[in-house]
Amino acid sequence: MKEYTKLLCDITKPGRTGYRLPPDELKDMEVEKGIPAGMLRQDEPALPEVSEVDVIRHFVNLSQKNFAIDKGFYPLGSCTMKYNPKINEDMAALAGFANLHPYQPEETVQGALQLMYELDEMLAEITGMERVTLQPAAGAHGEMTGLMIMKAYHESRDDHKRTKIIVPDSAHGTNPSSAQVVGFDVVEIKSDKSGNVDIESLKAALSDEVAGLMLTNPSTLGLYEENIQEVARLVHEAGGLLYYDGANANAILGISRPGDMGFDVVHLNLHKTMTTPHGGGGPGSGPVGVKKHLVPFLPAPMIEKKGDTYYLDEDRPQSIGRIRAFYGNFGINVRAYTYMKTMGAEGLKKVSQMAVLNANYLMHHLKNYYRLPIDRVCKHEFVLAGLGKKELEVNTMDVAKRLLDYGFHPPTVYFPLIVPEALMIEPTETESLETLDAFIEAMAAISKEADENPELLKSAPHVTPVRRLDEVKAARQPVLKCAMPEGPQ
Amino acid sequence: MFPYIPHTEEDVKYMLDTLGMKELEELFADIPKEVRLGRELNLEAPKSELEVQRLMNGLANKNKPTGELLSFLGAGAYDHYIPTVVKHITGRSEFYTAYTPYQAEISQGTLQAIFEFQTMIANLTGMDLSNASMYDGSTATAEAAAMAGDATRRKEILISETVHPETRQVLNTYAHFNGLKVETVPAAAGVTDLEKLKTMISKETAGVILQTPNFFGIIEEVEEVEKMIHEVKGLLIMNVDPISLGILKAPGDLGADIVVGEGHAMGNPMSYGGPYLGFMAATTKLMRKMPGRIAGQTTDIEGKTGYVLTLQTREQHIRREKATSNICSNQALNALAALVYMSVLGKKGIQEVARQSYKKAHHALTEIEKVTGFKRTFDKPFFKEFAVQVPTSPAAVNEALLKEGILGGYELGKHYQDQSNSLLFCVTEKRTLDDIQRLVKGLEVAKA
Repeated sequence: MKEYTKLLCDITKPGRTGYRLPPDELKDMEVEKGIPAGMLRQDEPALPEVSEVDVIRHFVNLSQKNFAIDKGFYPLGSCTMKYNPKINEDMAALAGFANLHPYQPEETVQGALQLMYELDEMLAEITGMERVTLQPAAGAHGEMTGLMIMKAYHESRDDHKRTKIIVPDSAHGTNPSSAQVVGFDVVEIKSDKSGNVDIESLKAALSDEVAGLMLTNPSTLGLYEENIQEVARLVHEAGGLLYYDGANANAILGISRPGDMGFDVVHLNLHKTMTTPHGGGGPGSGPVGVKKHLVPFLPAPMIEKKGDTYYLDEDRPQSIGRIRAFYGNFGINVRAYTYMKTMGAEGLKKVSQMAVLNANYLMHHLKNYYRLPIDRVCKHEFVLAGLGKKELEVNTMDVAKRLLDYGFHPPTVYFPLIVPEALMIEPTETESLETLDAFIEAMAAISKEADENPELLKSAPHVTPVRRLDEVKAARQPVLKCAMPEGPQ
Repeated sequence: MFPYIPHTEEDVKYMLDTLGMKELEELFADIPKEVRLGRELNLEAPKSELEVQRLMNGLANKNKPTGELLSFLGAGAYDHYIPTVVKHITGRSEFYTAYTPYQAEISQGTLQAIFEFQTMIANLTGMDLSNASMYDGSTATAEAAAMAGDATRRKEILISETVHPETRQVLNTYAHFNGLKVETVPAAAGVTDLEKLKTMISKETAGVILQTPNFFGIIEEVEEVEKMIHEVKGLLIMNVDPISLGILKAPGDLGADIVVGEGHAMGNPMSYGGPYLGFMAATTKLMRKMPGRIAGQTTDIEGKTGYVLTLQTREQHIRREKATSNICSNQALNALAALVYMSVLGKKGIQEVARQSYKKAHHALTEIEKVTGFKRTFDKPFFKEFAVQVPTSPAAVNEALLKEGILGGYELGKHYQDQSNSLLFCVTEKRTLDDIQRLVKGLEVAKA
């Protein structure tokens, strides 16, 4: 079948239309009269003119060029690409949720407020925190919010010296940049040989200038931080706070809570742990939970309850302020709430158990074909250091690209930065034994191909809609839009 | 059993055997006892799909959504028509269950959609280029301020009091932490006070942020501001309603350097305030200062056209501790909805939506003044929103309207003390003349 390669810029044709509005009931009114001449649009906006059929075919064809969870296994480490339950979508689309205006009187949105209040409670229980704000739109937004809260806390104690945030060398790239945009200086510390925070390195970095430490647990290596109590004690003794990056929370639900580990601030990614869809890169939701001493600093508004009535509390004098308009990605939070009600306490614990079982099963088999730098029980994901055959010219990128030919989404590659040729694999709990075995088989076959026919890997992928793309050209001669042809006026 | 977890008891046993383990517990042996939960989570028991549906329907039914209520509420969230096509595209799981297009070869659908979104936002705003979208209009505005600070190496941002109050609050929160100095330019008679602005602008000003139509619905006169800010080599940042650009001059033609705005009204439901999408467009000069993702066109090894995320040196995951923004995702699915909206409505539709909204809003104000005797708060050119002074308390008027099944206006006194007797109404193309009559009648009732 001939491949679809058109842009809307190509298929637009003057005179076509994809919509029809009710007739203009005010034909005689002249719009031009009411607008200052200098503010009137002179040209027609260069948007396409296409029929509804054109639009549907165009986007259905585009969609078919995507890989997605609903098509197959997507073991993208750190991203928790688990199945997105369909009921979540239907519930968020209920008119009683989707058609609410954010400024409606509280008496007309009691169901929405109750949902948000209860989601706050449920997330607080899971993380071991006091309260949770649902406002942050994404994980990075949550990080920023949490760091602002930490800064506000220190400032409220007239402690203005604390300008530094400690981040381990295995951290997500957003951690240092979030610290940076909130006005902190970043101090990087090392990981030890077994993937834990290097305690000596931490001790050396701690001082009365440190506002706190950002940590994921399990770490980006997929390993539980065995020294967590010692780490928490040291940071707290130095007057700092502990920030938990919830990217890896899928490993610990109902098993170990950040609050009990000693963390003061947590963000979760509902688009990872709570099955809300990734949407091709958003919208997500990155709620932030805090312990009691930090509650006053949470962004305004919070949802509160008086008797049986829920309301928005804007009166929060110590709050960091507002971090986005309205109340967060409500539609996403409805999906997460639906999921948590479906799973309950028992289901969420099983999620983590099966996620960890799947990861260990894969690791056990794949270490026969790939280099495993740290061999200990992993949590929900693990990191391989490529093929580990130095004499070969084949690298991790080649392995990833070859996996595309086998119909799998590749793992996260070249991250974390501390592992050379990293392949970060997170199977999640929604994958069956049969899927895992098929993946192992493909990874084994690729390892064999690397020995016997390396060119096959280096020139991969072979069967995708496009092959390896020239990224240097894209950056050097940026083409960021197409030209819409000018039709007759 | 759970429908999203495929493991049979046998599977679990087999996998544990393979690992040389007897119990699942052994997988967690590395977690110190002291930090184990040691009890079940205090959440409810699992629920079947039918039970969950019942529960969720119950919650949804406690709300009174627009549709059930006749809405004349705007103030940053708008009840515009959403073509049916939109949800059929965004509901395709090839789009919504994919992640960030890190593997470009199998993400061409998402990448081309971003490229086309950029094209249409650039064309609508009259700017050289656009990014792939941001969290919402308010954060896009705060990011634009940081970008202006970075591009000019200055710290001062001036923002008009007529910009959405929540956008100003967000900017102030961001600025408190990132070191920008924000000053508010007062409003006079519903528009930015240009005399005051003249005294505030200086060679230290990184950028001026104007919203048009502004929070009161009024079309600001931008030309004067453009001259003032460019004279001191600062940047003009415009926050616009994309729908208004069907009839209002493109910001690019007004000399804007950065254009941002809330894009939800293009194909995304109001959904109690989110998820929405912010958009950001700029001049070529600022291309490498732009935060967020950008898709670019290129070719593959066989010369075939394809798309990749590009200009990545700007992105947080490369610059790490030199970052001026930490945004790494975009609102891809909301941007897709906006793209489908812009495709379906197209060149003519966006104009017709804008014209009908404009006309109906003006008709509504005329009728309100004629029938109720209430007066407009500001006598200035407006788009689809207008403020009206009411003789009793605005809250009481809204309560009376609600009894008639009408969602009334936004109470301006919440954020503007000198407008405490005004309501801000919004009329979109979705309202009919009969709807407007209902509002007018409702106001008559409220008066008494």
